[in-house]
Amino acid sequence: MKGRGLNIALCLYVGLIFIFVFAPIIFSLIFSFNSQRFPTIPLGEFSTEWYVKIFNDEDVWKAVRNSVIVSSSTAVLATILGFCTAYSDFRYNFRFKGPYLALILLPPTIPLIIMALAMLAWLSRIGMSGQLWSIILAHSVLTAPFAMAIIRLRLHQMDPDLEAAAWNLGGTEWQAMRHVIVPFCAPAIVSALCLTAAVSFDEFAVAWFVSGLNKTVPIVILEIVQGNIDPTVNAIGTFVFLTSMTLVVLAQVIFLSRQIKSHS
Amino acid sequence: MKGQLKFDVYALTWRLPIILWQLLFFVGPVVYMIVISLFVVKNYRMTEAFELVNWARMLTRGYFWDSYAYTLFIASLSATIAMVVAFPAAWTLAFRATEAQRRWAVFLLIIPFFTSYLVRTFSWYVILAESGVLNAMLGYVGLGPFKMLNTHFGTLIGYLTLTLPLAVILQTVTMANIDKTLIEAARNLGCKPFATIWRVVLPLSKTGFIVAALFCFILAFGDFVAPFYLGGSQEPTLPILILDTTKSGQQWPRAAVVAIMMMATLFTVAFTAIALAYRTPKGAKA
Repeated sequence: MKGRGLNIALCLYVGLIFIFVFAPIIFSLIFSFNSQRFPTIPLGEFSTEWYVKIFNDEDVWKAVRNSVIVSSSTAVLATILGFCTAYSDFRYNFRFKGPYLALILLPPTIPLIIMALAMLAWLSRIGMSGQLWSIILAHSVLTAPFAMAIIRLRLHQMDPDLEAAAWNLGGTEWQAMRHVIVPFCAPAIVSALCLTAAVSFDEFAVAWFVSGLNKTVPIVILEIVQGNIDPTVNAIGTFVFLTSMTLVVLAQVIFLSRQIKSHS
Repeated sequence: MKGQLKFDVYALTWRLPIILWQLLFFVGPVVYMIVISLFVVKNYRMTEAFELVNWARMLTRGYFWDSYAYTLFIASLSATIAMVVAFPAAWTLAFRATEAQRRWAVFLLIIPFFTSYLVRTFSWYVILAESGVLNAMLGYVGLGPFKMLNTHFGTLIGYLTLTLPLAVILQTVTMANIDKTLIEAARNLGCKPFATIWRVVLPLSKTGFIVAALFCFILAFGDFVAPFYLGGSQEPTLPILILDTTKSGQQWPRAAVVAIMMMATLFTVAFTAIALAYRTPKGAKA
């Protein structure tokens, strides 16, 4: 009996943790349809006022356009870089492999505000700051490790003899890459594209520093939040949540589903 | 010999791009940041120099060290809280949940980790406000209103939003990988549940836990959003100091000094933590 009581308490506890983690996301969604300027309980009336407002806001549209360009370009660049590194690590042993891997894996462990300052200073020095592609350059460095990790995990499941078999059958290394490695990694590549796009879509510190006048969606949010409380943030926020959640869920589902299939 | 000397185009195609890219856009920026900490700002323009004035100026100011101490303290505190709060949940998911439930839990917890932290923080701002949702709920049971924004509590809630999902995931994965027979053995030998956790589960998950705590610390230490919006930046943390120094006044060299101090601190903490994590306890037998 005591065991059951404890079990219930523990389950409730896990539930509380999940509530804490998801509360901000859920409340943002609720508030975005709420008529009150400053949302509280009891809730005001149902309203799509804030959505209409952002829908008619040209700056928001421009930011969405910028964000789409930045996150999709970043995703492609970071995934290519991540794939190259993951494959080099999988296939080869070479001198200085440790520092080589550190070079790509370190950026996410450095606080974004520091990377933001360093990127701003360096990119201005070499005349590359204040452009939309400045954000893309910076984001590719920050997100490539995620792509590398996902693709490396997938390569880990591959039998190294598979590639050798392709060579024995008369294929060149390039053909083996094209017909064996890339198809095998396809789900991981798609999943890496989604995840790096999501990270880039949400990143605000580095983007804010290096973007100059080219605002992305998180920068618009940052600017609104710095002023007065404005409920349009909840509407933009809900849009941002939906976008990145879709990408992250896709990334996970694509990666995991293939994994389960190859296990069975 | 011939094979070794041959220039392997295929291998280098995969190896070189990232080296060049990271040298140009990762090593370059970080090294240049160290260099500009020696530059001077004259008439709002940064000029090349080799002087230690920025270092002298920042490191002799009381407000820098106050901010340093506060950031260390609040980041350590939040890492500790995250680890303690996460533990019962992770323990439940690792030992009481089925494989499928655990997978779902991790799947769900990964999502917020990759979704806009900025908007989540703003959402907390509305929830925690004087007349916000939480105070309204507490009002129904006759409590409050409490002042939660612009306090340490607010800052901590922000940090936990960032770190708690990660702490739960890492702890769960670590404990789920423990050999269950060791725990059964301890139970069969008469070990009480709490003693089992303390003497069997925790020592076996030491490495994973230290890494988890390290990540929580790094994330909180480098975050400016929570202390700024939820903590009201009454006591500025180092990231806020960098932000202010960079954005207002164009004092990039001084901001670089703060950033380098932060990186030095993070490296020290990280190396100590990793050394601890992989140290074999004295008297342990293989």
